[in-house]
Amino acid sequence: MSELHTIQTNINGKPVEASVPGRLLLSDFIREELRLTGTHVGCEHGVCGACTILYDGLPSRSCLMLAVQADGHEIVTVEGLASNGELHPLQEAFKAKHGLQCGYCTPGFLMTLVPFLAEHPDPDEATVRDAISGNLCRCTGYQSIVDATLLAARQMREKAGAVDGSEATS
Amino acid sequence: MKPAPFEYMAPESVDAALQLKARHGAGAQWLAGGQSLIPSLNFRCLKPDYVIDLNGLRELSYIRFESGQGVRLGGMTRYHELEHSDVIRQHAPMMHDAIPYIAHDAIRSRGTLGGSLAYADPAAELPTVTTALRARYLLRSESSERWVQAEDFFVGMFQTVMQPDELLIEVEIPLPKAGAAWGFIERSRRHGDRVLMGVAATLTLQPDGTCADARLVYQNGAPAPRLAPQAAASLNGKALTDEHIVAAAKQAAYEEIDPESDVHASSAFRRQLAFELTQRALRDARERGTAAISEEGAGA
Amino acid sequence: MSVQCVGEPILRNEDERLLKGDALFTDDVQLPGLLHAAFLRSPYGHARILSIDVEAARQSAGVLGVYTAKDIGSLMNPAPLIVPPPPIEGLVFNQRTHTALASSKVRHVGEPIAMVVAESRYLAEDAIEKIHVDFEQLPVHLDIEDSLQAAESFVHDDLESNLAAHVVQRRGDYEKAKAEAHRVITRRFTYDRGIAAPIENRCVVADWNRMGKRLTVWDTTQAPIPIRNGLAGMLGLTENQVRVIAPHIGGAFGAKLMAFYSEEMLVPWASMQLERPVRWTEDRHENFYSTSHERGQVHEAEIAVDQEGHILGIKDVFIHDTGAYNNYGLTLPINSQCCLLGLYHIPSYYSEFRVAFTNKTLVAPYRGAGRQHGVFVIERLLDSVARELNIDRAEIRRRNLIPPDAFPYDHKIIYQDFAPLVYDSGNYEPVLRKAMDMIDYDTFIRDVQPRLRAEGRRVGIGIVTYAEGTGIGPYEGARVQVLGSGKVLVVTGVGTQGQGHYTSFAQLAAQQLGVDVTDVEVVTGDTDQFHWGTGTFASRGAVVAGNAVNAAATAVREKVIHLAADLLSVSVDEIDLVDGKAIHRADPEKSMTLGQLAAAANPTRGAVRPGTEPGLEATRYFGPERGTTAFGAHAAILEVEQGTYQIKVLEYVVVHDCGKVINPMIVEGQVHGGVAQGIGNAFLEQLVFDDQGRIKNANLRDFLLPTALEVPRMKCGHEETPSPLNPMGVKGTGEAGAIPVGPLFAQALDDAFSDVRLEILDIPLNSSTLWHSVQEQGENQVAIHEWT
Repeated sequence: MSELHTIQTNINGKPVEASVPGRLLLSDFIREELRLTGTHVGCEHGVCGACTILYDGLPSRSCLMLAVQADGHEIVTVEGLASNGELHPLQEAFKAKHGLQCGYCTPGFLMTLVPFLAEHPDPDEATVRDAISGNLCRCTGYQSIVDATLLAARQMREKAGAVDGSEATS
Repeated sequence: MKPAPFEYMAPESVDAALQLKARHGAGAQWLAGGQSLIPSLNFRCLKPDYVIDLNGLRELSYIRFESGQGVRLGGMTRYHELEHSDVIRQHAPMMHDAIPYIAHDAIRSRGTLGGSLAYADPAAELPTVTTALRARYLLRSESSERWVQAEDFFVGMFQTVMQPDELLIEVEIPLPKAGAAWGFIERSRRHGDRVLMGVAATLTLQPDGTCADARLVYQNGAPAPRLAPQAAASLNGKALTDEHIVAAAKQAAYEEIDPESDVHASSAFRRQLAFELTQRALRDARERGTAAISEEGAGA
Repeated sequence: MSVQCVGEPILRNEDERLLKGDALFTDDVQLPGLLHAAFLRSPYGHARILSIDVEAARQSAGVLGVYTAKDIGSLMNPAPLIVPPPPIEGLVFNQRTHTALASSKVRHVGEPIAMVVAESRYLAEDAIEKIHVDFEQLPVHLDIEDSLQAAESFVHDDLESNLAAHVVQRRGDYEKAKAEAHRVITRRFTYDRGIAAPIENRCVVADWNRMGKRLTVWDTTQAPIPIRNGLAGMLGLTENQVRVIAPHIGGAFGAKLMAFYSEEMLVPWASMQLERPVRWTEDRHENFYSTSHERGQVHEAEIAVDQEGHILGIKDVFIHDTGAYNNYGLTLPINSQCCLLGLYHIPSYYSEFRVAFTNKTLVAPYRGAGRQHGVFVIERLLDSVARELNIDRAEIRRRNLIPPDAFPYDHKIIYQDFAPLVYDSGNYEPVLRKAMDMIDYDTFIRDVQPRLRAEGRRVGIGIVTYAEGTGIGPYEGARVQVLGSGKVLVVTGVGTQGQGHYTSFAQLAAQQLGVDVTDVEVVTGDTDQFHWGTGTFASRGAVVAGNAVNAAATAVREKVIHLAADLLSVSVDEIDLVDGKAIHRADPEKSMTLGQLAAAANPTRGAVRPGTEPGLEATRYFGPERGTTAFGAHAAILEVEQGTYQIKVLEYVVVHDCGKVINPMIVEGQVHGGVAQGIGNAFLEQLVFDDQGRIKNANLRDFLLPTALEVPRMKCGHEETPSPLNPMGVKGTGEAGAIPVGPLFAQALDDAFSDVRLEILDIPLNSSTLWHSVQEQGENQVAIHEWT
């Protein structure tokens, strides 16, 4: 029953090999074994969204997956967002717009919104609200999260536009 | 809230999966998308001895359009794939419209069509939608295979005709007839919650504007997707006037469904919702059907 | 002069670590050899425990300890009473607090019976399932009115009823006012139970160091210092042997204030027993049963008014549900009793309440902490008066406001802080007027609503006010120190759960010391760093700890200036603190950095003047004589979808006055969050119990918290009436947003259904109950005719 399964996975761009029991939840594997404690656990039944990670690029509840299911797949956690110590534009926007208070739900929001913004570079408020409606925040009343997301979208578009522009002229 | 111990198995083919299930029977649990199963494991409501993970079975993940026949969907096709499929958008638009009602992106990225049907939650979208679309399901065990019509598949709350050794392999949605139209609408307390009430209506609008083949299916109107055959029949052969729509909605909501009371709503309020939503679904269907007829007319 | 940073929307110091996933929350604490605890909890609401068999659990894989009541010795003393009853004449209070584990009987579902400690949480839960308990079920007391009528099988066997307390407070002579009144209106109101549901569940990690004889506890508590003091006593240690750390906390809202929860006693004890670190993390299912609940009151209220709608008196008789225990004393019902008085001049008041023990989880504060109930009663009563006397709803409120020249205003009853309920300062009419203007109240009623109604849309407007007692004592302290690096350290005893203390306290020190806010490091909630204080609750952090920080920073400023003047050979009034330096105003070239001054203040050789204290450091305390009263008005326009009764908030306006503001960005965030919780309270969140006291919706799929789709965009307006009770003039704001949403929704919905004279008397609501209420009001035709 407590048979271990060897898995090979990729977390935040780094290969990881581990032996895990079949019943170990992916959220517990990430937090307890890999010690990536930025992924938070709020309900363990898939409702609060705090444990959201990217699984092969799609937002997924890590509390509703088994660690063994990471075998052969790519996972990105909140620790994988900032690069070279520099915050992701979405993280910057959350700070600029006071999009977090206690910060517990925040990693789940970020991991939900990163793929959302990739698919919707110019969302309106209603679309943003719909996109985050599977993530619970008990502190902010969401308004500042919505504002942060709209700001991040604009800044990311401007940045992409600037890059495109420079390429076009070169 | 941690799962009780189980033996995890990840077969690499459908045949291997069916063999494992035949061997372990009811003590083994299929793991599809896991978005309902894993909460049940975490709460220890379910304590299977074996979990057979289907996620490695790529052969069960497909969306195919076969002209003259219909749409074929593999049991392990994820909501996310259905949501973004042009085939679904074109050939099963009601399903396309219903998918965004299901929970949220991070659930739709994992949840599967077959998992939803086999779980048989009466409040879920796809059992109702596929029943309204007159779909049939292919069930296979190690030793046999059979097709079951959607309306014969669900027998009660979380209960289906599936045997412990069977797996839902495929869903086939027939091609709609000319003039086919539909309406789907649901209401939940918050977006993505288990619905309070949902209605899927399908019908064919004849060139003269009369209704045929009407079907009304209720989501959470009973312990299983519930048809309202008498209300539907009352619409056939008639023009879809507001008066007929209201009468049919009344008959379905107050005579043909049997909604339960729970912490979210009373049975009486659910009937009120069914009454209201049926009218809207039928009006939507009328609008779509009328548009389809005029398009066909314009095309001819 | 320093650059002004108090009062500015400074971005938060703590955000970067939170955004990167680097911030330490309690459940993140990893220690070598860490063990995990799980609890067996009662499946029954009320039952005798006949026997407990733990043998199979002891044999279960990975188990190091299984403990029941008979194993835990002195922890079986009843938990301490957190708040004693205030000095009110004739008060009855039957104190019954819980023990760490249930022994002879269980009094609510979820009450802990046994603890397992194992190598993993998975293994601990496996063992829990192997414990066998024989119960004898007893009658279950759930309804609060029935509970007080019960004749036997009381929640506490040694009492003669389920009465936990009885309190009467009076002002003037209500009966006389009633006799003279133009109109007397009587209503019955109910306000049902809910929970705080922070996204982070509770967690305790304890590490007993056998060699050092020290216990370190990481705890998701709002009150680390009381936890340390209490633990030391329970475990036979001195206070300095116990270190309690409340690291980043994932929201609390009152629910992490209850001291002591059983697990907070048992986990440290287990670590000492096993000499290994132990962690317990509450799961979401446990949270519904083992973390305190709030609300649950029934009011029979009466208002006496004159012809113009001026209040002559109010009588309110209510029952408050405390659950199985009353560790939190009378704070909640007294809050209800006092907050009922709102912003209004109420010349006579008779308020009587009884507190009932029931077989439910104990009740303790949750954001608003009983204030909602009082506000619900007064605001609904005023709406009844407005309707019966045909007076506009905003106007009836305006007429009854306490006038600005009446402050300090004495309500002549006792508040939760044991002091008389005296409002320190206020100017109410501008707040009400501003809310009306921001939502275009007059235009809506005159033009918009009739037009929308003609289009078949059900829309309604509401406007309500509230007062919020904040910033109560007894005291908090802070230590401010200039470090050798020139950075500034601020240490205070309160914990922080998202209120932005790492920034707002930093602003106070930065302002005094002329440094950048990012150069101020704030430490909160670590008893090794500061060990005097009570905690973060009752909207008191910014008021009480904030004033302590400000006082300490001011004292350090004096030290810095004196030292700099001395070393630069200029007079003290010629020194400015700017950009981390002390400069000579006339000759800015003449300067020293704060780091240089800190070094100079802490010489390693040589002699100092007699009486000199080393370092640039000061500790100060602040204790207000009584709480300060913030206030505000909320207005909203709601629409009810025809036929489905789904509610949409079209407009939401908050105007509030919390005195001087330290950081308006943070204050606005507090208001937004409060409103969101208020919306949940009003329309989504309700615990539903079965006849055994089990919660039918003990999960987040069925206990519905508001999402981004239920919480509307909010417009905030501010007014500023400083408090005279503290040097900074600040008032608290933590709970303001949550308090008046129930009556606001009720009023707007009544307005939307004014054609059927709907009157909502019960909170929370949902679409189903709203539909039933409308049906009962006789709008039976609605189903057929609407929306065609």
